[in-house]
Amino acid sequence: MCNCGSKDVLTPQIGVVTEIRTETSDVKTFRIEKPEGGKVFDFMPGQCAMLSAPGMGEAIFSITSSPTTKDYMEFSIKRCGEITEYLHAIEVGQQIAIRGPYGKSFPVTTEALKHKDLIFIAGGIGLAPLHSVIDYMLANRDDYGSIDVVYGARSKEDFVDYKELSEVWPKEKNTKVHLTIDKAQEGWTGNVGFVPQFLKDLKFTPDKTVLLCGPPIMIKLCLAALIEMGFAKTQVYTTLEFRMKCGVGKCGRCNVGNKYVCKDGPVFRCDEIDELPDEY
Amino acid sequence: MQKIAELIKKEAESLLKENKVTAVWAWQPGEFYYDNSPVCFTAPEQLDKLVYNEFCPSNLGKYLMAGSKKNETMAVFAKPCDTYGINQLIKDHRIKRELITVIGIPCSGMIDIKKIKNQGVKGIISVSVSGDDVIVTTAYGDKNFKKSEVLLAKCMSCKGSDYMIADKELGEKMEVKCQKLNPEDGVKKLEAMTSQERFAFWQQELSKCIRCNACRDICPACSCEQCIFDNQEAAVAGKASANTAEEQMFHIIRAYHVAGRCVGCGECARVCPQGIQLGLLNTKFAKDINEFYGKYQPGADDDSKAPLVDYKFDDVEPTISAKGVR
Amino acid sequence: MLKINKAKWAELFAALSAQGTLYLPAEVDGKVDFTVWQDGTEVNLQATQTAKSIKNVFFPQIENLLDFKTDGLKLSVEQRMLPEEDTIAFGVRGCDVCSFEVLDKVFLKEPVDAFYKARREHCTIVSLACSAPDETCFCDTFAIDATNPGGDVTTWLVGDDLFWQANTDKGKELTEKIQALLAEGDEAGVNAQQKATKEIMAKLPLADFKIDPKIPAEQEKVFNSAIWKQLSDSCLSCCACTYVCPTCHCYDVRDFEIDNKVERFRCWDSCMCKDFTKMAAVNPRVSRLERFRQRYMHKLVYFPENNEGTFACVGCGRCLQKCPVSLNIVKVAKALGVAKDV
Repeated sequence: MCNCGSKDVLTPQIGVVTEIRTETSDVKTFRIEKPEGGKVFDFMPGQCAMLSAPGMGEAIFSITSSPTTKDYMEFSIKRCGEITEYLHAIEVGQQIAIRGPYGKSFPVTTEALKHKDLIFIAGGIGLAPLHSVIDYMLANRDDYGSIDVVYGARSKEDFVDYKELSEVWPKEKNTKVHLTIDKAQEGWTGNVGFVPQFLKDLKFTPDKTVLLCGPPIMIKLCLAALIEMGFAKTQVYTTLEFRMKCGVGKCGRCNVGNKYVCKDGPVFRCDEIDELPDEY
Repeated sequence: MQKIAELIKKEAESLLKENKVTAVWAWQPGEFYYDNSPVCFTAPEQLDKLVYNEFCPSNLGKYLMAGSKKNETMAVFAKPCDTYGINQLIKDHRIKRELITVIGIPCSGMIDIKKIKNQGVKGIISVSVSGDDVIVTTAYGDKNFKKSEVLLAKCMSCKGSDYMIADKELGEKMEVKCQKLNPEDGVKKLEAMTSQERFAFWQQELSKCIRCNACRDICPACSCEQCIFDNQEAAVAGKASANTAEEQMFHIIRAYHVAGRCVGCGECARVCPQGIQLGLLNTKFAKDINEFYGKYQPGADDDSKAPLVDYKFDDVEPTISAKGVR
Repeated sequence: MLKINKAKWAELFAALSAQGTLYLPAEVDGKVDFTVWQDGTEVNLQATQTAKSIKNVFFPQIENLLDFKTDGLKLSVEQRMLPEEDTIAFGVRGCDVCSFEVLDKVFLKEPVDAFYKARREHCTIVSLACSAPDETCFCDTFAIDATNPGGDVTTWLVGDDLFWQANTDKGKELTEKIQALLAEGDEAGVNAQQKATKEIMAKLPLADFKIDPKIPAEQEKVFNSAIWKQLSDSCLSCCACTYVCPTCHCYDVRDFEIDNKVERFRCWDSCMCKDFTKMAAVNPRVSRLERFRQRYMHKLVYFPENNEGTFACVGCGRCLQKCPVSLNIVKVAKALGVAKDV
């Protein structure tokens, strides 16, 4: 046994997977609790956790569920490498190692977001961190202005949490969901096209605050579209994705300039990113 | 050597001025007299920084790989020993022959600054070499050495003054004057050991390894686009080892992979920060190959079939005839 | 000030060794490196520099952090014991002493690295003043006084006498334990040596080397400078510089399966490695230029930005000695200093 009080920062806790939902062909959502029940640790929306695949290592994931959910955390995870392969193969009841929370959250408790009209823009698995924010805000609905969710996926089958998107969120007060898919398909009556153009079509007024998350190329193009529409970079928050090993700003691999994505990010305001060297 | 440096400069100047090549690989001086670095010149006005003296041990051939991929025309200055590595890289399809201009430059042996420093010399301010005399000026006074006694180990087993590949040769050929070393002598000592002794020797030697990969990265035969030891998913991935077997694995796999292609340039041992006698492994392979398949010098040409990839009926492998291939 | 004559050093080392594992510079496999002292160790206090730094006493090249055990769906994690062994790092030069302060800024910053902290707390540092600096030394660039290197105890080797001065409570505690071996000594010899050493340092090629203040100040210009191309062209992308460096501290965390259990270990890693930042789909530093630039930007720009101006370099000169192609931080800083676009 370890001679603690001093648990090392890299030592994880044990959690148990209590539910697994298949969202799309390559995304599953995992619910994790303490073995004795309850949330493994508290966090704020946008923060991340390290999940272990013993024998293969660790990877960092955005927490998808809302901090207001008392009993568990959820992670929507896309299968794209060794560790995610492992996670996609496990079954309910499997115990896994988890540590966190890591990084800065979206500034949900500050004036930066409070009482603002908000647009959430997500592409593919990029909904994961925003999902946490949206649920948090819906749980504290009166603290925030209007909410527009703009979400794009390759096809209808690639929307993560389609049921919640299409049935739950739109029924909330002052909340709209705008979906788009890359290519037309049978049975789809919604918008077809990429997110940046969809944004322009939706004619948002540039007095809103934006939370943007998705593949790097989508982030770049959406940001350009927003600027064209009159938004300032100070109105747009996004997240960066980097390889991480420690999660606490020491192992040295997730820096962009003097900022560590694991510690100073993953959430950045777009004007802050502009000050960093172009290496992300 | 000073005269040759002038010839090199002139040649580089005309190559760049006449746009015969877009880049010239040579050496530039460092902070001290002895720490010249490889450098890629792309404009004639940069050439005042070009240097050639007894401290230019690097083989520049491997640097041609990156440019070759981009179809750049390049010139490279090559000492006789460097030409073996260049040929090997051409043979391994890492350098495109038609893109490169090899300029042979004579060499009378490179000095090993470590040999000088190991004799307690510190605070070197300058080094001057004239014939066999090496005068080292230090903050603690002057020290004199004989060049023939402080040559790099690889120069003490110099393969000679001929170029295996050269589009042009500069200056008069030079000889390395010193007590010659036969690299096979070290191997013979190892062969004379019992297998337990030999195992203990290699365990001790390889346990020094810090997995910096310098030996691999300087090696003209180690030219894989993606080294297996850089593969995160491989159980033998590089960096520090989970146990000592992994270091041994790295060096043994590497020796196997360069067997029959190792030109014997000795750079692996020269650059090892831990002073591991890496050349011994490769020399053992080379010696065995020579004995089993007849004398063969990798890099002596750019088109011959290496013994390990060429099959003859009188090869030593007994299975060939036993299975009736004959 | 106290002193101890060479004739009694064997007794000194035995006495120190009784207080904890004693690391000191000694002849190991034909080079001088820090090693654990035992009877018969060929101690070398003359060498200016050990081949590798002594950082592995606090930050080993490889260490096991924890074990996983699986039993069906059940998983358990057992953190390894935090090191409790007392250690003494003896004969540490001023540059290396300062390197610990750089590492502290990484590992002791919240959240604290428990393994590093435990080793650091259990170690007493006995430094050794330089009397024969080498041409590759440039600790003065970072205002490090090689003739008064600090640590818990400072020692000076003057002739056959080792002068001894405790600086901290830890140092005083250690001194008390070996008091019987030490005699009173006067400072004249030490003072004379310090003066002579500084005179030598002034003659060395890097005596006037300074890092241009515009380098840490101009992140954007430095990052975008054209000189990185030419400098990085000749880099081999090996990790020799990072592994001999006393301040490089990047690490990897990996799992190793052995005998049906999984060990999670930490090992040194290097930003020069191709796969350092590689993710499943993308790699933000895919070229040699980017990786090379990252190492020097970290040392000369990012680290000072995050740590009140402290450079992640102590001027030990090991990269100057060990780079296979003689590229090093001095060359880079000088080139940046005169670059037209910085």
